[in-house]
Amino acid sequence: MAVVEMQKISISAHRSNRKAILETLQKLEVIQVVEADLDETGLRHKNTADARATFEKNADLADQALAILDKYVPEKQGMLSGLAGKELIDDASFDKVVESQQDCMAVARKIVRNEKEISECSGNILKNENQKESLVPWMNLDVPMSFTGTDKTAAFIGSVQGVCDEAQVYALIKEKTEGIEELSVTVLSSESDMTNIFVLCLKEAREKVESALRSLGFAKPPQAVLGVPKKVAEDLDRDTEKQKTEIERLKKGIEEYAGSREDLRVVSDYYRTRAEKYRLLGTIPQTRKAFFIEGWVPAESAEAVAKLLTEKYGAVVDYEEKKEGETEPTLLRNNKFSRNYEPVLASYGLPQHGKVDPTTIMSFFYMFFFGMMLSDAGYGLLMVIGCGIALLKFPRMAQGMRKMLTMFFWCGVSTVFWGIMFGGFFGDVIDVVAKTFFGYTGDKIVKPLWFDPLTSPMRLLIWCMLFGIIHLFFGLGIKGYQYLKDGDIVGFVSDIIAWYAFLIGLILMLLPTDLFANIAQMQFNFPPFVAPLAKGLAIGGMVVILLMSGRANKNWGLRIALGAYDIYGVTGWLSDALSYSRLLALGLATGVIASVINTMAAMVGEGKGIIGLIIFFIIFIIGSVLNFAINLLGAYVHTNRLQYVEFFGKFYDGGGEPFEPFETKTKYIEFNKEA
Amino acid sequence: MGELGLFFGLLGAAVAVLFAGAGSALGVGIAGRAAAGVVTEDPNKFAQVLILQLLPGTQGIYGLLVGFITLSKIGLLGGNLASINLNTGLMILAACLPIGIVGLISGKSQGECSAASIGIVAKKPDQFGKAMLFPAMVETYAILALLISILAVSNIPV
Repeated sequence: MAVVEMQKISISAHRSNRKAILETLQKLEVIQVVEADLDETGLRHKNTADARATFEKNADLADQALAILDKYVPEKQGMLSGLAGKELIDDASFDKVVESQQDCMAVARKIVRNEKEISECSGNILKNENQKESLVPWMNLDVPMSFTGTDKTAAFIGSVQGVCDEAQVYALIKEKTEGIEELSVTVLSSESDMTNIFVLCLKEAREKVESALRSLGFAKPPQAVLGVPKKVAEDLDRDTEKQKTEIERLKKGIEEYAGSREDLRVVSDYYRTRAEKYRLLGTIPQTRKAFFIEGWVPAESAEAVAKLLTEKYGAVVDYEEKKEGETEPTLLRNNKFSRNYEPVLASYGLPQHGKVDPTTIMSFFYMFFFGMMLSDAGYGLLMVIGCGIALLKFPRMAQGMRKMLTMFFWCGVSTVFWGIMFGGFFGDVIDVVAKTFFGYTGDKIVKPLWFDPLTSPMRLLIWCMLFGIIHLFFGLGIKGYQYLKDGDIVGFVSDIIAWYAFLIGLILMLLPTDLFANIAQMQFNFPPFVAPLAKGLAIGGMVVILLMSGRANKNWGLRIALGAYDIYGVTGWLSDALSYSRLLALGLATGVIASVINTMAAMVGEGKGIIGLIIFFIIFIIGSVLNFAINLLGAYVHTNRLQYVEFFGKFYDGGGEPFEPFETKTKYIEFNKEA
Repeated sequence: MGELGLFFGLLGAAVAVLFAGAGSALGVGIAGRAAAGVVTEDPNKFAQVLILQLLPGTQGIYGLLVGFITLSKIGLLGGNLASINLNTGLMILAACLPIGIVGLISGKSQGECSAASIGIVAKKPDQFGKAMLFPAMVETYAILALLISILAVSNIPV
């Protein structure tokens, strides 16, 4: 349990070594660079924005190409492949790919261009389809759509409103154009409320016929197609075919590059890493001949870093004092078990420097409480097996994921433990099956090792409070440790010891009372010396709190008032302790709902023999999955809450900044450090 | 009179399941609308907002829990009904009221709180741990009500 000590160092070196030093630091991942204030120093930053933008653009291009490859040539991936972690690569093959970066980028560009052309082709096909669609009503026309007549005749192509046949149209036109005999009407097709017609008349009659048509609501076709509809449609079909073969060709072109996937990944990460380097380069001050880096390094590696840089690159490395108002970044270091709980702490807030890192103590309570809330050996076993297999199968999964799965693995172990203590294995499935399908009538088969919470909830409630008080006392203890570490003995006595005495005194006074005996159905008979001892502790503690709590104030009236207010804080302790009743409630919820599911399944399956057993298991599995999921969520949320609110509330206030070293920023690959 | 007692016992189970379930339905619904909004913008946050949406769902489960304990108490599940007089029936009803009423109200307000927390995740996904905590605060009171309901129902002599 520790916050790693940090040392601020400053590096100054000749510019000729800049690249080598930066690359070394990036690979070591040990320094968090502090951005220097350049006012009045005469130093300047190098403008690296352009170079950085270029690298980022290249990385994006490679990413795009990879996404396109995934679209057309999907990789075979298992469901859990997301857990597999980044690909391991050694320096030699990395360098080889980097040498051929131009080729890789050319490939990426080609892939992206092909994709763009494919989407253009698809657009063309869509356009053709639309155009063909609009030609359908005119398919029967065997002159071009732009046909307006011959030397002697005039033609009208268009639609009139309403559905009518040739004779009707003919009659309607005839009615308005008396004296014209030479008229031909052809209905090409009719739609829901219009008729598409072709009308031919002599040129002299043109105007009359036109006005007659207009009165019928005649309109020319909306789109401007010029040729003969059938021919145009054929042309469109031919073009669509052409586009389709073009798409096939382009797709093949992309597929050919499937083998470059690996190289593209490496190149993408290479550019990403360089972009990060240039980002840093833009923040460090330099002169014409030298450059300077200032940053935080874990104290234990400071010497090694200094030695390496001094000997290899002739840099000057100095240890710096922390400046006023500056805080060290926080890096946690914990034992193999507890470090998996660091993300829980981090999501509340990291500890500041000089404060205690509570991860170790928290990790044990976390596991303990989680198990109590889920408290079913079956569900616990599922967690242990699931997380265990994933951890074994994917040894190189991402850090955060590994920590989370390991955490749940141990929570699963604790769940199995509590399941055995309380006699829960998928609720009461073994008993239900034995009774329903095998005619078993004896005692319960699965017996709790400790006791069954459903039959004696009060007893478990008292235990929950006890666990809670232990948890809270640990919290207060950490605060005391902090006081001692800071050398504040007065604070330790008046804020910690006094509270311990006050609370323990109160508890000892409460335990033998009738009130408690009624609630807990437990009788405490202490030896006679305990009662005065309890009173003494409680009163002594109370007096110290009353007098000392407001010690920062010189005004005695105010000081006593603050002390009294602090004593009122004992109600907070009461509600904190009561809050641990969720251990009981959530534990009961898991067990009871599991047995509801089992009972329902047994009701349906009862008396149907083997088929009944199958039905039973179908209902059982679906129900158990739901119950497992919702209770897993509940246990997770409320374990977090107990840590964050009750436990951390006693001593912890976070506020640390995470240590973010200058590192290789990769998305796909990981360097093989042993190689 | 025996049957009236049974009726009130059953009414107790119904009250627990009904109101707590309705509260959860309201809460999950409210949070779900917010969650859907976030997913339209960023489908990657689906898992996170789904968890937040589910948080107000527990009241319904607590109601079911009390309802089930009540049903088995009055012997409706095993097939042999217990003989329950009017007094006991009313006592069972009273015992079921806390989780019913608190479940309804806390379910709804937890849903509103979840919706606000989904807003946190939308803007700052790395603050998920804290976002999850706010709705969990509301749930405390549902848990307290559940506790009293369970203790009361299981300790009423039948």
